[in-house]
Amino acid sequence: MKTKNPKRPAARAKRRPAKLWQLRLYVTDSTSKSVAAFTNLKKVCESQLKGCYHITVIDLVKHPELAKGDQILAVPTVVRRLPQPVRTIIGSLSDTAHLLVGLDLRPAV
Amino acid sequence: MKTKGSKSTTPAILPKCLTGIQGLDEITGGGFPRGRPTLVCGSAGCGKTLLAAEFLVRGAAQFGEPGVLMAFEETEAELKANVASLGFDLDGLVRRKKIVIDYVHIEPSEIQESGEYDLEGLFVRLNHAIDSIGAKRVVLDTLEALFSSLANEAILRAELRRLFRWLKVKGVTAVITAERGREQLTRHGLEEYVSDCVILLDHRVNDQIATRHLRVVKYRGARHGTNEFPFLISNEGISVLPITSLGLNHKISSERIATGIPRLDAMLGGRGFFRGSSILLTGTPGTGKTIVAANFAQAAARRGERVLFFSFEESPNQIIRNMHSIGLRLEPLVKQGLLRFHSARPSLYGLEMHLATMFKEIATFKPAVVIVDPITSLMDAGTDSESKGMVTRLIDYLKGGQVTSLFTSLTQGGHSLQQSEMAMSSLMDSWLLLQDFEGNGERNRVLYVLKARGMAHSNQIREFLISDRGIDLVDAYIGPSGVLTGSARAAQNSLEKASILATQQEAARRKRELERKREAIERQISGLRSDYESETMELRRVDEQVGTRALTLTTERAASGRLRQADAKVSVSTRGNSRNGKSHK
Repeated sequence: MKTKNPKRPAARAKRRPAKLWQLRLYVTDSTSKSVAAFTNLKKVCESQLKGCYHITVIDLVKHPELAKGDQILAVPTVVRRLPQPVRTIIGSLSDTAHLLVGLDLRPAV
Repeated sequence: MKTKGSKSTTPAILPKCLTGIQGLDEITGGGFPRGRPTLVCGSAGCGKTLLAAEFLVRGAAQFGEPGVLMAFEETEAELKANVASLGFDLDGLVRRKKIVIDYVHIEPSEIQESGEYDLEGLFVRLNHAIDSIGAKRVVLDTLEALFSSLANEAILRAELRRLFRWLKVKGVTAVITAERGREQLTRHGLEEYVSDCVILLDHRVNDQIATRHLRVVKYRGARHGTNEFPFLISNEGISVLPITSLGLNHKISSERIATGIPRLDAMLGGRGFFRGSSILLTGTPGTGKTIVAANFAQAAARRGERVLFFSFEESPNQIIRNMHSIGLRLEPLVKQGLLRFHSARPSLYGLEMHLATMFKEIATFKPAVVIVDPITSLMDAGTDSESKGMVTRLIDYLKGGQVTSLFTSLTQGGHSLQQSEMAMSSLMDSWLLLQDFEGNGERNRVLYVLKARGMAHSNQIREFLISDRGIDLVDAYIGPSGVLTGSARAAQNSLEKASILATQQEAARRKRELERKREAIERQISGLRSDYESETMELRRVDEQVGTRALTLTTERAASGRLRQADAKVSVSTRGNSRNGKSHK
């Protein structure tokens, strides 16, 4: 047990690239802003992080209790859970430049 | 979550929501407007969060209205700790699902804005919290934190407008706190959105003493007190000061209560003060004001009445010790719970806080007699008008409860009465004056009744003696040179005694002299009489001798005549008679 445990995450880290991105997108219903945000996020991820990202869409209307955990105020909100540190981008993500800065894929100018 | 323009068809009377905060419900005429948001604004540290928290806690604990506290500045743990110090069991209420605390935190540095957004997340959270416990009350503290977190003010403002409308539709009574702005009520103009009820809190420092004030700036659709009301944060939460009692319709008692100094009772028509009256006791330093007050307190407590002694100069133990030295035993009365001391430095806090503390003490202890020693040092804590207002309120409050009150007042010496005293005296029913008389290298105390409404009272000045057996009042000597007291009075007394004694002695002396004279005369008379008597005796003896001699002569002559047979009897007898008389002398 003792030998296995530390090995497992290490092995996983090796198999998958270090840059496995976990993203959460908080939306309410399927408003136009929510839809736009998903589309915009998907587009950026496909171009920048192809194959190593995972987006979880959380509908706050269905799961309002989840809003507290990630301190969601604005909708839509993208939270980058991994890699650390946690980053938050709010809005319909129409401004790609700001989205890239927010996701730390491009240094802030 | 669609919002409608809420043109509320208000009924004749606006429904209100009791806050449970002491005094605030009276000012607002029944609390905050029910189902509408209320804005509480004020600068930092004036008690906004506390007021909001108390509104929630009281609602949940007293009125069965669960509440949601959405905190933007303090974490749940911080909030619980902060209000626990004020006696609110926020933690317990949270555990019993009466209150939900949602801490909203946004770190501006971690947030990137990209494109359009709304604050639906906030709505979702609030809605979820409200629905989870069926909340009737909501507190948003302090919503303005959003302005520093979110860059897009246009969106924020639109969303806030929507939020307040949404709250109204939701039917919750909301309290929104906001920072005081420089030129407007709130820094970000929140009053623009919340227009039903606006309460302004203020924390002012005057003469190094801070006092909190509360003012209802606006209350749509309801009558409310517009004044600034002082309030305080005590260990039982916030209490806004009771409003100045409006009328002069106190119940009046004609019962009289003794002062504890029999001679003083005698000066006041023989029976002391009226119950429920206010008494002012003025005097220069060291004239024995506290002693008279303590005497009064002791007398009342011994009758079994409760006495509350507010001391602003001495600690309770000091008073007890000092009074012990003049024979007043206050300690047993304290132990019996009949006498309670409340000591505080006047500069400890503002006038209003003092007044509120006093009200609270009076309300809990329910005394029959209240002593304030001295009222003047308390009045120093505020301006003239403030302090007069304060005394008026205190007296009104006490009279309303038929509590007899005695205020001591320190004057600055001399005969001139201070202005504050003049102002205060009109509020008082009785006024006793203690004064010093200096002269002959000593200082003596006198007491007189300056006024006593509704009773016959003595116009005399009495000298006021303090000994180890307590207080005694004696008649001061009033002579041609003015009032004499102390040793001068004693000297005058002995002088009078001496002169009486001298007169008595003089009379006795004259009496004795006369007696002597009479005795001398009598002695003379008796001497003369004895002279007379001896002379009379002599005369009688001479007479006898003469008779004998005449007889002898006659006998001899007869014998010789017989011898000579002479017949010239008469001539011989005459010659021989005169010769005999001469020779006798």
